[in-house]
Amino acid sequence: MKNGYIKQAWLVLTLALCFGGALAGVQLMLGKTIAANVEADAESQIPDLVFGPGQAAKMAGDFSAVAETITVAGNGRQVPYKVYRVTNKASARLLGWVVKASGQGFADTVDLLIGLDAGASRITGLYVLGQKETPGLGNKIIDAPWRAQFTGLRTDRKIEVVKAAPAPNSNDVQAVTGATISSQSVAKIVNEAVEALRPVLTSEAN
Amino acid sequence: MPDGPTPTERFIRGILPENPVYRQLLGMCPTLAVTNGMAQAMTMSGAVLFVLLCANIITSLIRGLLKPHLRILVFTLTIATFVTIADKFIAAYLYSMSKELGPYIPLIIVNCVIICRCEVCASKQPVFTAAADAIGQSIGFALALASIATIREILGSGTWFGYPVMWEGFDKWVIMVLPPGAFLTLGLLLGGANWIGRAFAGRGRKAVKTAD
Repeated sequence: MKNGYIKQAWLVLTLALCFGGALAGVQLMLGKTIAANVEADAESQIPDLVFGPGQAAKMAGDFSAVAETITVAGNGRQVPYKVYRVTNKASARLLGWVVKASGQGFADTVDLLIGLDAGASRITGLYVLGQKETPGLGNKIIDAPWRAQFTGLRTDRKIEVVKAAPAPNSNDVQAVTGATISSQSVAKIVNEAVEALRPVLTSEAN
Repeated sequence: MPDGPTPTERFIRGILPENPVYRQLLGMCPTLAVTNGMAQAMTMSGAVLFVLLCANIITSLIRGLLKPHLRILVFTLTIATFVTIADKFIAAYLYSMSKELGPYIPLIIVNCVIICRCEVCASKQPVFTAAADAIGQSIGFALALASIATIREILGSGTWFGYPVMWEGFDKWVIMVLPPGAFLTLGLLLGGANWIGRAFAGRGRKAVKTAD
């Protein structure tokens, strides 16, 4: 019987091995280029995230952003976060932080860049680096007006996702209509990253 | 032994007479989703050309070894591999376009045009015929996408390939770059294609009648 199965399936198995090898080869060839593209995209967003859109043009060239990896223990595991330390080029004064965080969205992983002020007390911006949410619904999380809701929110309280317009001074964000899960995923990723890194970043700032 | 249309005939048929979008009504999903701009539409067409050509060639090379009850599995395996390769290339060399097209490049795996050509043509024909069929169908697909994308981009954004083509102060038809505009444009063009098809067929029949 086992012979029968192999006889039937040998072509599929062989193809699977060959195609797997081909894909591994392509990944070896292109993996670095793709990672560099994502890096460049992330770094191009840093001015907007830390200084706010529009302000970035004024600050061009006056700041430097250095990437570091901060590992935080959580849930019994060590979770590495990529954090950019943004400092004034001349005086080396700390201007803010940009944190790269990822998590499960509705369909696939959602990658975010979160801008924090120097004291890690307020969020200064949010950018979606990568997502595969439902086009027209969940992928509205990339729209600037929706993301702008996160600017100015506090880091000492969890961000909640609500259906109606959020009350002023509440730490709430209105969900994308028809895409509650995508909206909640973004809030969850931000909450987790902020909760994990706030102690580390506030101590570094002092 | 290969029967039916020759490679050249298959190539020409794929462009208009058996156009995958307007005649076979296949691949509707990318047709509606990525045609709000010519650049996106042409990137999608290029990716489909690459995948269709490679999938057809590989399928044709192994056509003698295919078991009937496992053939769909083999087609899907082949198509998925080439789509992943195309996706990686686009992410590496056309990164902003990759972000814009989002999940639609991986979705080429379920594009019916490709699995249909594998099943109907590549699994039964020699390599050159399969390749000609693939190229013809891809050109037809590209033409279909281009026709819809041109209308949607010019009316919806006032540009073509990103270059402004409408006069200053043109009031953009925003609905054209949204899904309803896609459905409207596709529906109207499909009706137009049917009408043209019938007009040509009618003329052919009239010519035959008068010749009698």
